[in-house]
Amino acid sequence: MDAGPKMTIKNLNFYYGNFQALYDISLDIFPNQVTAFIGPSGCGKSTFLRCMNRMNDLISVSRVEGEILLDEKNIYDPAVDVVTLRSRIGMVFQKPNPFPKSIFENVAYGLRVNGIKDKTFIINRVEETLKQAALWDEVEDRLNDSALSLSGGQQQRLCIARALAVRPEVLLMDEPASALDPIATQKIEELIQQLKQSLTIIIVTHNMQQAARVSDITAFFYLGKLIEIDETDMLFTRPQLRQTEDYITGRFG
Amino acid sequence: MKKKPKVRLIFPGRRKFFQNFIFVLFRLAAVINGLALLIIVYFMIANGWQAINWEFLTQPPKEAMTRGGILPCIIGTLYLSLGAMLIAFPIGVASAVYLNEYAQPSRILRIIRLGINNLAGVPSVVFGLFGLAFFVVWLKFGISLLAGALTLAAMTLPVIIGATEEALKAVPNTYREASLGLGATKWQTILRVVLPTALPGILTGAILSISRAAGETAPIMFTAAVFYTPQLPTSLFDEIMALPYHIYVLSTAGTEIETTRHLQYGTSLVLIALVLGLNLIAIIYRARLQRRMQ
Repeated sequence: MDAGPKMTIKNLNFYYGNFQALYDISLDIFPNQVTAFIGPSGCGKSTFLRCMNRMNDLISVSRVEGEILLDEKNIYDPAVDVVTLRSRIGMVFQKPNPFPKSIFENVAYGLRVNGIKDKTFIINRVEETLKQAALWDEVEDRLNDSALSLSGGQQQRLCIARALAVRPEVLLMDEPASALDPIATQKIEELIQQLKQSLTIIIVTHNMQQAARVSDITAFFYLGKLIEIDETDMLFTRPQLRQTEDYITGRFG
Repeated sequence: MKKKPKVRLIFPGRRKFFQNFIFVLFRLAAVINGLALLIIVYFMIANGWQAINWEFLTQPPKEAMTRGGILPCIIGTLYLSLGAMLIAFPIGVASAVYLNEYAQPSRILRIIRLGINNLAGVPSVVFGLFGLAFFVVWLKFGISLLAGALTLAAMTLPVIIGATEEALKAVPNTYREASLGLGATKWQTILRVVLPTALPGILTGAILSISRAAGETAPIMFTAAVFYTPQLPTSLFDEIMALPYHIYVLSTAGTEIETTRHLQYGTSLVLIALVLGLNLIAIIYRARLQRRMQ
Protein backbone atom coordinates (compact mmCIF):
# COMPACT_ATOMS: atom_id res chain seq x y z
CA MET A 1 0.00 0.00 0.00
CA ASP A 2 1.35 3.39 -1.02
CA ALA A 3 -0.81 5.64 1.15
CA GLY A 4 -0.11 5.93 4.84
CA PRO A 5 -2.73 4.80 7.33
CA LYS A 6 -5.90 6.90 7.72
CA MET A 7 -6.14 5.95 11.37
CA THR A 8 -3.56 4.51 13.71
CA ILE A 9 -4.43 2.99 17.05
CA LYS A 10 -1.59 2.82 19.55
CA ASN A 11 -1.70 0.75 22.75
CA LEU A 12 -5.37 1.35 23.40
CA ASN A 13 -6.79 0.24 26.73
CA PHE A 14 -10.42 0.85 27.58
CA TYR A 15 -12.24 0.52 30.91
CA TYR A 16 -15.87 0.56 32.02
CA GLY A 17 -15.35 1.52 35.67
CA ASN A 18 -13.09 -1.23 37.02
CA PHE A 19 -13.75 -3.59 34.13
CA GLN A 20 -11.14 -3.56 31.39
CA ALA A 21 -12.88 -4.11 28.06
CA LEU A 22 -9.95 -3.62 25.67
CA TYR A 23 -6.30 -4.66 26.18
CA ASP A 24 -3.40 -2.91 24.50
CA ILE A 25 -4.75 -2.74 20.97
CA SER A 26 -2.55 -1.40 18.18
CA LEU A 27 -3.47 -1.45 14.51
CA ASP A 28 -3.62 0.66 11.35
CA ILE A 29 -6.66 1.48 9.24
CA PHE A 30 -5.85 2.23 5.60
CA PRO A 31 -7.75 4.67 3.39
CA ASN A 32 -10.22 3.40 0.77
CA GLN A 33 -10.24 -0.04 2.28
CA VAL A 34 -12.81 -1.97 4.22
CA THR A 35 -11.50 -3.22 7.55
CA ALA A 36 -13.65 -5.83 9.27
CA PHE A 37 -13.63 -6.59 13.00
CA ILE A 38 -14.78 -10.11 13.80
CA GLY A 39 -15.02 -12.09 17.00
CA PRO A 40 -17.55 -13.68 19.32
CA SER A 41 -20.12 -11.58 21.22
CA GLY A 42 -18.61 -9.57 24.05
CA CYS A 43 -15.09 -9.62 22.59
CA GLY A 44 -14.92 -5.82 22.54
CA LYS A 45 -15.19 -5.22 18.80
CA SER A 46 -18.18 -2.87 19.14
CA THR A 47 -16.59 -1.13 22.12
CA PHE A 48 -13.46 -0.59 20.04
CA LEU A 49 -15.52 0.82 17.17
CA ARG A 50 -17.23 3.23 19.54
CA CYS A 51 -13.84 4.45 20.78
CA MET A 52 -13.06 5.60 17.26
CA ASN A 53 -15.65 8.39 17.19
CA ARG A 54 -15.58 8.87 20.95
CA MET A 55 -19.16 7.62 21.33
CA ASN A 56 -18.02 5.98 24.57
CA ASP A 57 -17.56 9.48 26.01
CA LEU A 58 -21.30 9.35 26.68
CA ILE A 59 -20.73 6.69 29.33
CA SER A 60 -19.61 8.59 32.39
CA VAL A 61 -17.61 5.74 33.98
CA SER A 62 -15.58 4.95 30.86
CA ARG A 63 -11.86 5.62 30.60
CA VAL A 64 -9.44 5.46 27.67
CA GLU A 65 -5.66 4.99 27.66
CA GLY A 66 -3.47 5.11 24.58
CA GLU A 67 -3.90 6.97 21.33
CA ILE A 68 -6.17 6.92 18.31
CA LEU A 69 -4.71 8.98 15.50
CA LEU A 70 -6.82 10.31 12.65
CA ASP A 71 -4.54 11.76 9.96
CA GLU A 72 -1.77 11.61 12.55
CA LYS A 73 -3.65 13.67 15.13
CA ASN A 74 -4.79 12.11 18.41
CA ILE A 75 -8.59 12.28 18.62
CA TYR A 76 -8.41 12.05 22.42
CA ASP A 77 -6.27 15.18 22.63
CA PRO A 78 -8.03 17.67 24.96
CA ALA A 79 -7.86 20.30 22.21
CA VAL A 80 -9.94 18.19 19.84
CA ASP A 81 -13.57 19.27 19.46
CA VAL A 82 -15.55 16.06 19.70
CA VAL A 83 -18.50 17.53 17.78
CA THR A 84 -16.32 18.32 14.76
CA LEU A 85 -14.61 14.96 15.08
CA ARG A 86 -17.91 13.12 14.85
CA SER A 87 -18.82 14.91 11.64
CA ARG A 88 -15.57 13.54 10.13
CA ILE A 89 -16.24 10.00 11.35
CA GLY A 90 -19.75 8.80 10.50
CA MET A 91 -21.52 5.92 12.19
CA VAL A 92 -24.15 3.39 11.16
CA PHE A 93 -25.81 1.34 13.89
CA GLN A 94 -26.88 -2.25 14.27
CA LYS A 95 -30.61 -1.62 14.13
CA PRO A 96 -31.83 0.88 11.54
CA ASN A 97 -32.59 4.02 13.54
CA PRO A 98 -33.92 6.72 11.23
CA PHE A 99 -35.34 9.71 13.08
CA PRO A 100 -39.15 9.92 13.14
CA LYS A 101 -38.97 12.63 10.51
CA SER A 102 -39.41 12.68 6.75
CA ILE A 103 -36.96 10.84 4.47
CA PHE A 104 -35.65 14.19 3.24
CA GLU A 105 -35.18 15.59 6.75
CA ASN A 106 -33.27 12.51 7.86
CA VAL A 107 -30.62 13.07 5.21
CA ALA A 108 -30.68 16.85 5.63
CA TYR A 109 -30.30 16.57 9.42
CA GLY A 110 -26.50 16.38 9.51
CA LEU A 111 -26.24 19.37 7.18
CA ARG A 112 -28.65 21.45 9.25
CA VAL A 113 -26.97 20.76 12.57
CA ASN A 114 -23.64 21.67 11.02
CA GLY A 115 -25.05 25.10 10.23
CA ILE A 116 -25.80 24.79 6.50
CA LYS A 117 -28.83 26.92 5.61
CA ASP A 118 -28.60 27.21 1.80
CA LYS A 119 -31.76 25.43 0.59
CA THR A 120 -30.57 24.63 -2.93
CA PHE A 121 -27.36 23.20 -1.54
CA ILE A 122 -29.27 20.99 0.89
CA ILE A 123 -31.71 19.77 -1.78
CA ASN A 124 -28.87 18.91 -4.16
CA ARG A 125 -26.81 17.24 -1.46
CA VAL A 126 -29.77 15.11 -0.30
CA GLU A 127 -30.41 13.90 -3.85
CA GLU A 128 -26.74 13.24 -4.50
CA THR A 129 -26.38 11.33 -1.22
CA LEU A 130 -29.52 9.24 -1.69
CA LYS A 131 -28.18 8.26 -5.12
CA GLN A 132 -24.85 7.37 -3.57
CA ALA A 133 -26.68 5.18 -1.04
CA ALA A 134 -28.62 3.47 -3.87
CA LEU A 135 -31.93 4.59 -2.43
CA TRP A 136 -32.91 7.48 -4.71
CA ASP A 137 -34.94 5.43 -7.21
CA GLU A 138 -37.04 3.96 -4.44
CA VAL A 139 -37.82 7.19 -2.61
CA GLU A 140 -37.57 10.09 -5.08
CA ASP A 141 -41.34 10.58 -5.28
CA ARG A 142 -41.97 10.22 -1.53
CA LEU A 143 -39.23 12.29 0.07
CA ASN A 144 -41.72 13.90 2.44
CA ASP A 145 -43.06 10.59 3.74
CA SER A 146 -42.01 9.48 7.20
CA ALA A 147 -38.77 7.51 7.23
CA LEU A 148 -40.52 4.95 9.42
CA SER A 149 -42.73 3.98 6.47
CA LEU A 150 -39.69 2.42 4.70
CA SER A 151 -38.77 -1.27 4.95
CA GLY A 152 -35.96 -2.33 7.29
CA GLY A 153 -33.39 -2.56 4.49
CA GLN A 154 -34.42 0.80 3.05
CA GLN A 155 -34.25 2.32 6.53
CA GLN A 156 -30.70 1.08 6.94
CA ARG A 157 -29.65 2.52 3.56
CA LEU A 158 -31.32 5.77 4.63
CA CYS A 159 -29.20 5.70 7.80
CA ILE A 160 -26.12 5.21 5.63
CA ALA A 161 -27.23 8.16 3.49
CA ARG A 162 -27.80 10.21 6.62
CA ALA A 163 -24.22 9.49 7.70
CA LEU A 164 -22.81 10.17 4.19
CA ALA A 165 -24.58 13.52 3.82
CA VAL A 166 -21.96 15.32 5.91
CA ARG A 167 -19.20 13.73 3.77
CA PRO A 168 -17.33 11.87 6.51
CA GLU A 169 -13.82 10.61 5.85
CA VAL A 170 -14.36 7.40 7.80
CA LEU A 171 -17.57 5.37 8.15
CA LEU A 172 -18.00 3.11 11.17
CA MET A 173 -20.56 0.35 10.72
CA ASP A 174 -21.68 -1.63 13.75
CA GLU A 175 -23.17 -4.91 12.44
CA PRO A 176 -25.12 -2.92 9.86
CA ALA A 177 -26.90 -5.91 8.32
CA SER A 178 -27.54 -8.13 11.32
CA ALA A 179 -31.19 -7.04 11.60
CA LEU A 180 -31.87 -7.41 7.86
CA ASP A 181 -32.99 -10.19 5.52
CA PRO A 182 -30.51 -11.70 3.00
CA ILE A 183 -31.57 -9.55 0.06
CA ALA A 184 -31.37 -6.32 2.04
CA THR A 185 -28.01 -7.54 3.38
CA GLN A 186 -26.73 -8.07 -0.14
CA LYS A 187 -27.68 -4.53 -1.11
CA ILE A 188 -25.83 -3.14 1.89
CA GLU A 189 -22.75 -5.19 1.01
CA GLU A 190 -22.79 -3.95 -2.60
CA LEU A 191 -23.12 -0.44 -1.27
CA ILE A 192 -20.07 -0.92 0.96
CA GLN A 193 -18.04 -1.97 -2.08
CA GLN A 194 -19.00 1.20 -3.93
CA LEU A 195 -18.52 3.49 -0.97
CA LYS A 196 -14.96 2.41 -0.24
CA GLN A 197 -13.83 4.19 -3.40
CA SER A 198 -14.52 7.51 -1.69
CA LEU A 199 -13.99 6.80 2.01
CA THR A 200 -12.53 4.49 4.62
CA ILE A 201 -14.86 1.90 6.09
CA ILE A 202 -14.65 -0.07 9.31
CA ILE A 203 -17.29 -2.72 9.80
CA VAL A 204 -18.02 -4.83 12.85
CA THR A 205 -19.71 -8.11 12.02
CA HIS A 206 -20.37 -11.43 13.68
CA ASN A 207 -20.97 -12.91 10.25
CA MET A 208 -17.69 -14.31 8.97
CA GLN A 209 -18.91 -14.85 5.42
CA GLN A 210 -19.81 -11.18 5.36
CA ALA A 211 -16.35 -10.18 6.55
CA ALA A 212 -14.84 -12.43 3.87
CA ARG A 213 -17.07 -10.94 1.16
CA VAL A 214 -16.79 -7.23 1.89
CA SER A 215 -13.47 -6.54 3.60
CA ASP A 216 -9.87 -6.08 2.51
CA ILE A 217 -8.41 -6.42 5.99
CA THR A 218 -9.85 -8.49 8.83
CA ALA A 219 -9.02 -8.20 12.51
CA PHE A 220 -9.99 -10.98 14.91
CA PHE A 221 -10.77 -10.00 18.51
CA TYR A 222 -11.17 -12.26 21.48
CA LEU A 223 -11.80 -11.28 25.12
CA GLY A 224 -10.84 -7.67 24.56
CA LYS A 225 -7.58 -8.46 22.78
CA LEU A 226 -6.62 -8.15 19.15
CA ILE A 227 -5.57 -11.70 18.29
CA GLU A 228 -4.73 -11.44 14.64
CA ILE A 229 -4.99 -8.96 11.81
CA ASP A 230 -4.23 -9.65 8.18
CA GLU A 231 -5.43 -9.25 4.64
CA THR A 232 -8.84 -10.89 4.55
CA ASP A 233 -7.83 -13.59 2.02
CA MET A 234 -4.84 -14.56 4.16
CA LEU A 235 -6.69 -14.54 7.47
CA PHE A 236 -9.47 -16.77 6.21
CA THR A 237 -7.25 -19.21 4.27
CA ARG A 238 -4.00 -19.28 6.23
CA PRO A 239 -4.51 -17.91 9.71
CA GLN A 240 -1.28 -17.66 11.67
CA LEU A 241 -2.72 -18.55 15.05
CA ARG A 242 -4.60 -21.56 16.30
CA GLN A 243 -7.25 -19.40 18.06
CA THR A 244 -8.09 -17.61 14.83
CA GLU A 245 -8.33 -20.86 12.95
CA ASP A 246 -10.62 -22.38 15.58
CA TYR A 247 -12.91 -19.38 15.38
CA ILE A 248 -13.15 -19.06 11.61
CA THR A 249 -13.70 -22.78 11.21
CA GLY A 250 -16.53 -22.59 13.71
CA ARG A 251 -14.97 -24.65 16.49
CA PHE A 252 -15.89 -22.04 19.08
CA GLY A 253 -17.63 -18.71 19.44
CA MET B 1 -42.02 -48.68 47.07
CA LYS B 2 -41.54 -45.48 45.24
CA LYS B 3 -44.56 -43.30 44.92
CA LYS B 4 -45.42 -42.33 41.42
CA PRO B 5 -45.56 -38.57 41.08
CA LYS B 6 -49.13 -37.47 40.73
CA VAL B 7 -49.88 -35.69 37.50
CA ARG B 8 -53.09 -33.76 37.55
CA LEU B 9 -54.30 -33.16 34.06
CA ILE B 10 -56.19 -29.99 33.60
CA PHE B 11 -58.50 -30.52 30.69
CA PRO B 12 -58.20 -27.99 27.92
CA GLY B 13 -61.89 -27.22 28.22
CA ARG B 14 -61.49 -26.28 31.83
CA ARG B 15 -58.48 -24.04 31.20
CA LYS B 16 -60.33 -22.31 28.41
CA PHE B 17 -63.34 -21.78 30.64
CA PHE B 18 -61.14 -20.28 33.32
CA GLN B 19 -59.50 -17.96 30.83
CA ASN B 20 -62.86 -16.76 29.51
CA PHE B 21 -64.08 -16.22 33.05
CA ILE B 22 -61.09 -13.99 33.86
CA PHE B 23 -61.51 -12.00 30.65
CA VAL B 24 -65.16 -11.40 31.46
CA LEU B 25 -64.14 -10.03 34.85
CA PHE B 26 -61.57 -7.71 33.25
CA ARG B 27 -64.06 -6.56 30.66
CA LEU B 28 -66.50 -5.80 33.46
CA ALA B 29 -63.85 -3.69 35.18
CA ALA B 30 -63.38 -1.69 31.98
CA VAL B 31 -67.12 -1.29 31.48
CA ILE B 32 -67.55 0.04 35.03
CA ASN B 33 -65.11 2.82 34.16
CA GLY B 34 -67.01 3.92 31.12
CA LEU B 35 -70.28 3.57 32.96
CA ALA B 36 -69.10 5.84 35.78
CA LEU B 37 -68.28 8.61 33.31
CA LEU B 38 -71.60 8.14 31.51
CA ILE B 39 -73.56 8.30 34.76
CA ILE B 40 -71.76 11.45 35.89
CA VAL B 41 -72.29 13.21 32.58
CA TYR B 42 -75.91 12.05 32.40
CA PHE B 43 -76.57 13.34 35.90
CA MET B 44 -75.05 16.73 35.12
CA ILE B 45 -77.01 17.07 31.90
CA ALA B 46 -80.30 15.88 33.39
CA ASN B 47 -80.07 18.31 36.28
CA GLY B 48 -78.32 21.21 34.66
CA TRP B 49 -79.42 21.50 31.06
CA GLN B 50 -82.38 23.79 31.77
CA ALA B 51 -79.96 26.30 33.27
CA ILE B 52 -77.94 26.50 30.07
CA ASN B 53 -78.95 29.26 27.72
CA TRP B 54 -77.37 32.20 25.99
CA GLU B 55 -77.84 34.50 28.96
CA PHE B 56 -76.25 31.95 31.31
CA LEU B 57 -73.10 31.80 29.17
CA THR B 58 -72.78 35.52 28.39
CA GLN B 59 -73.99 37.46 31.45
CA PRO B 60 -72.63 38.01 34.97
CA PRO B 61 -74.68 36.70 37.91
CA LYS B 62 -77.63 38.82 39.05
CA GLU B 63 -79.83 39.18 42.15
CA ALA B 64 -77.46 37.68 44.68
CA MET B 65 -76.43 34.99 42.18
CA THR B 66 -79.87 33.46 41.91
CA ARG B 67 -80.26 34.62 38.32
CA GLY B 68 -78.16 35.75 35.41
CA GLY B 69 -75.12 33.97 34.05
CA ILE B 70 -71.63 32.77 34.83
CA LEU B 71 -69.52 34.52 32.22
CA PRO B 72 -66.97 35.90 34.75
CA CYS B 73 -66.47 32.35 36.08
CA ILE B 74 -65.88 30.90 32.62
CA ILE B 75 -63.41 33.63 31.73
CA GLY B 76 -61.74 33.35 35.16
CA THR B 77 -61.25 29.59 34.91
CA LEU B 78 -59.94 29.86 31.34
CA TYR B 79 -57.43 32.51 32.37
CA LEU B 80 -56.41 30.60 35.48
CA SER B 81 -55.77 27.26 33.78
CA LEU B 82 -54.08 28.72 30.72
CA GLY B 83 -52.01 30.99 32.97
CA ALA B 84 -50.97 28.04 35.12
CA MET B 85 -49.94 26.17 31.94
CA LEU B 86 -47.97 29.11 30.58
CA ILE B 87 -45.94 29.10 33.80
CA ALA B 88 -45.72 25.40 34.60
CA PHE B 89 -45.21 23.93 31.11
CA PRO B 90 -41.87 25.59 30.23
CA ILE B 91 -40.49 25.22 33.77
CA GLY B 92 -41.64 21.61 34.00
CA VAL B 93 -40.27 20.58 30.61
CA ALA B 94 -36.99 22.39 31.26
CA SER B 95 -36.61 20.65 34.65
CA ALA B 96 -37.34 17.26 33.15
CA VAL B 97 -34.85 17.80 30.32
CA TYR B 98 -32.21 18.80 32.82
CA LEU B 99 -32.91 15.83 35.11
CA ASN B 100 -33.09 13.29 32.31
CA GLU B 101 -30.59 14.53 29.71
CA TYR B 102 -27.94 16.59 31.47
CA ALA B 103 -27.71 15.82 35.18
CA GLN B 104 -25.15 13.24 36.27
CA PRO B 105 -26.43 10.81 38.89
CA SER B 106 -25.59 12.29 42.29
CA ARG B 107 -26.89 12.77 45.78
CA ILE B 108 -28.31 16.20 44.97
CA LEU B 109 -30.16 14.77 41.99
CA ARG B 110 -31.71 12.10 44.21
CA ILE B 111 -32.87 14.74 46.67
CA ILE B 112 -34.37 16.86 43.88
CA ARG B 113 -36.26 13.84 42.56
CA LEU B 114 -37.49 12.98 46.03
CA GLY B 115 -38.71 16.55 46.40
CA ILE B 116 -40.60 16.46 43.10
CA ASN B 117 -42.26 13.15 43.93
CA ASN B 118 -43.34 14.41 47.32
CA LEU B 119 -44.62 17.65 45.82
CA ALA B 120 -46.97 15.53 43.69
CA GLY B 121 -48.46 14.06 46.85
CA VAL B 122 -49.14 17.33 48.66
CA PRO B 123 -52.92 17.95 49.08
CA SER B 124 -54.26 20.82 47.02
CA VAL B 125 -55.53 22.75 50.05
CA VAL B 126 -51.94 22.91 51.30
CA PHE B 127 -50.96 24.50 48.00
CA GLY B 128 -53.79 26.96 48.58
CA LEU B 129 -52.42 27.98 51.97
CA PHE B 130 -48.90 28.12 50.58
CA GLY B 131 -50.13 30.40 47.79
CA LEU B 132 -51.86 32.62 50.32
CA ALA B 133 -48.77 32.96 52.47
CA PHE B 134 -46.21 33.25 49.67
CA PHE B 135 -47.78 34.86 46.61
CA VAL B 136 -50.69 36.78 48.14
CA VAL B 137 -49.12 38.06 51.36
CA TRP B 138 -45.36 37.86 51.11
CA LEU B 139 -44.96 38.83 47.46
CA LYS B 140 -47.92 41.23 47.91
CA PHE B 141 -49.76 40.05 44.77
CA GLY B 142 -53.03 40.17 46.75
CA ILE B 143 -55.97 37.93 45.87
CA SER B 144 -55.36 37.91 42.16
CA LEU B 145 -55.34 36.02 38.89
CA LEU B 146 -51.54 35.99 39.06
CA ALA B 147 -51.38 34.49 42.56
CA GLY B 148 -53.94 31.84 41.60
CA ALA B 149 -52.19 30.89 38.37
CA LEU B 150 -48.84 30.64 40.18
CA THR B 151 -50.36 28.46 42.90
CA LEU B 152 -51.97 26.16 40.33
CA ALA B 153 -48.67 26.07 38.43
CA ALA B 154 -46.82 24.95 41.56
CA MET B 155 -49.41 22.23 42.02
CA THR B 156 -49.24 20.93 38.44
CA LEU B 157 -45.45 21.15 38.05
CA PRO B 158 -44.68 17.66 39.39
CA VAL B 159 -47.26 16.12 37.05
CA ILE B 160 -45.67 17.81 34.03
CA ILE B 161 -42.14 16.91 35.15
CA GLY B 162 -43.14 13.29 35.74
CA ALA B 163 -44.88 12.90 32.38
CA THR B 164 -42.06 14.64 30.52
CA GLU B 165 -39.41 12.45 32.15
CA GLU B 166 -41.35 9.32 31.19
CA ALA B 167 -41.66 10.59 27.63
CA LEU B 168 -37.92 11.39 27.45
CA LYS B 169 -37.00 7.97 28.80
CA ALA B 170 -39.11 6.40 26.04
CA VAL B 171 -36.98 8.06 23.33
CA PRO B 172 -34.57 5.35 22.11
CA ASN B 173 -30.98 6.08 23.05
CA THR B 174 -29.91 5.18 19.55
CA TYR B 175 -31.63 8.38 18.27
CA ARG B 176 -29.37 10.40 20.55
CA GLU B 177 -26.30 8.48 19.40
CA ALA B 178 -27.22 8.85 15.72
CA SER B 179 -27.63 12.59 16.15
CA LEU B 180 -24.39 13.04 18.08
CA GLY B 181 -22.65 10.81 15.54
CA LEU B 182 -23.55 13.30 12.80
CA GLY B 183 -21.77 16.10 14.62
CA ALA B 184 -24.79 17.56 16.41
CA THR B 185 -24.24 19.10 19.83
CA LYS B 186 -26.10 17.78 22.82
CA TRP B 187 -28.43 20.78 22.75
CA GLN B 188 -29.17 20.34 19.02
CA THR B 189 -29.87 16.67 19.68
CA ILE B 190 -32.34 17.50 22.45
CA LEU B 191 -34.04 20.29 20.52
CA ARG B 192 -34.27 18.61 17.11
CA VAL B 193 -34.60 14.92 17.91
CA VAL B 194 -35.36 14.12 21.54
CA LEU B 195 -38.04 16.72 22.30
CA PRO B 196 -39.99 16.30 19.03
CA THR B 197 -40.03 12.52 19.55
CA ALA B 198 -41.17 12.92 23.14
CA LEU B 199 -43.72 15.66 22.42
CA PRO B 200 -46.86 13.46 22.28
CA GLY B 201 -46.02 12.04 25.72
CA ILE B 202 -45.23 15.49 27.08
CA LEU B 203 -48.59 16.75 25.80
CA THR B 204 -50.36 13.92 27.64
CA GLY B 205 -48.89 15.31 30.85
CA ALA B 206 -49.99 18.79 29.90
CA ILE B 207 -53.53 17.55 29.19
CA LEU B 208 -53.75 15.88 32.58
CA SER B 209 -52.50 18.92 34.42
CA ILE B 210 -54.62 21.50 32.60
CA SER B 211 -57.73 19.49 33.51
CA ARG B 212 -56.61 19.35 37.08
CA ALA B 213 -55.80 23.07 37.19
CA ALA B 214 -59.19 23.99 35.74
CA GLY B 215 -61.11 21.87 38.21
CA GLU B 216 -59.37 22.58 41.52
CA THR B 217 -61.11 24.69 44.13
CA ALA B 218 -58.83 24.61 47.14
CA PRO B 219 -55.71 26.23 45.61
CA ILE B 220 -57.67 29.21 44.27
CA MET B 221 -60.09 29.92 47.09
CA PHE B 222 -57.44 31.71 49.14
CA THR B 223 -55.40 33.09 46.28
CA ALA B 224 -57.52 34.20 43.33
CA ALA B 225 -61.24 33.55 43.46
CA VAL B 226 -63.83 35.72 45.14
CA PHE B 227 -67.47 35.22 45.99
CA TYR B 228 -68.68 37.76 43.48
CA THR B 229 -67.23 40.32 41.13
CA PRO B 230 -69.22 41.69 38.23
CA GLN B 231 -66.11 42.79 36.33
CA LEU B 232 -64.17 40.65 33.92
CA PRO B 233 -60.46 40.62 34.79
CA THR B 234 -58.46 43.29 33.00
CA SER B 235 -55.15 42.86 34.76
CA LEU B 236 -53.09 40.09 36.35
CA PHE B 237 -53.77 41.62 39.74
CA ASP B 238 -57.58 41.50 39.50
CA GLU B 239 -59.67 39.26 41.70
CA ILE B 240 -61.64 36.80 39.64
CA MET B 241 -64.56 34.41 39.77
CA ALA B 242 -63.94 30.79 38.80
CA LEU B 243 -66.22 27.88 37.96
CA PRO B 244 -65.22 25.38 40.68
CA TYR B 245 -65.32 28.01 43.41
CA HIS B 246 -68.65 29.31 42.10
CA ILE B 247 -70.13 25.82 42.36
CA TYR B 248 -68.79 25.55 45.88
CA VAL B 249 -70.23 28.93 46.85
CA LEU B 250 -73.66 28.32 45.29
CA SER B 251 -74.05 24.96 46.94
CA THR B 252 -72.76 25.81 50.41
CA ALA B 253 -72.91 29.53 51.12
CA GLY B 254 -75.62 31.04 48.96
CA THR B 255 -78.84 32.45 50.32
CA GLU B 256 -80.96 30.18 48.17
CA ILE B 257 -79.15 26.85 48.05
CA GLU B 258 -82.25 24.85 47.16
CA THR B 259 -83.60 27.15 44.45
CA THR B 260 -80.24 27.49 42.72
CA ARG B 261 -79.69 23.74 42.31
CA HIS B 262 -80.12 23.95 38.55
CA LEU B 263 -77.54 26.75 38.42
CA GLN B 264 -75.08 24.60 40.38
CA TYR B 265 -75.51 21.71 37.97
CA GLY B 266 -75.48 24.04 35.01
CA THR B 267 -72.16 25.49 36.17
CA SER B 268 -70.76 21.99 36.67
CA LEU B 269 -71.83 21.08 33.17
CA VAL B 270 -70.04 24.12 31.78
CA LEU B 271 -66.92 23.23 33.80
CA ILE B 272 -66.90 19.66 32.45
CA ALA B 273 -67.47 20.91 28.92
CA LEU B 274 -64.62 23.40 29.32
CA VAL B 275 -62.19 20.77 30.60
CA LEU B 276 -63.19 18.31 27.87
CA GLY B 277 -62.82 21.09 25.31
CA LEU B 278 -59.31 21.98 26.49
CA ASN B 279 -58.42 18.27 26.50
CA LEU B 280 -59.84 17.81 23.03
CA ILE B 281 -57.65 20.55 21.57
CA ALA B 282 -54.55 18.95 23.05
CA ILE B 283 -55.62 15.42 22.04
CA ILE B 284 -56.28 16.44 18.44
CA TYR B 285 -52.92 18.19 18.27
CA ARG B 286 -51.19 15.13 19.75
CA ALA B 287 -52.90 12.80 17.27
CA ARG B 288 -51.75 14.99 14.38
CA LEU B 289 -48.18 14.91 15.68
CA GLN B 290 -48.24 11.14 16.02
CA ARG B 291 -49.67 10.66 12.54
CA ARG B 292 -46.91 12.80 11.09
CA MET B 293 -44.32 10.54 12.74
CA GLN B 294 -45.76 7.23 11.54
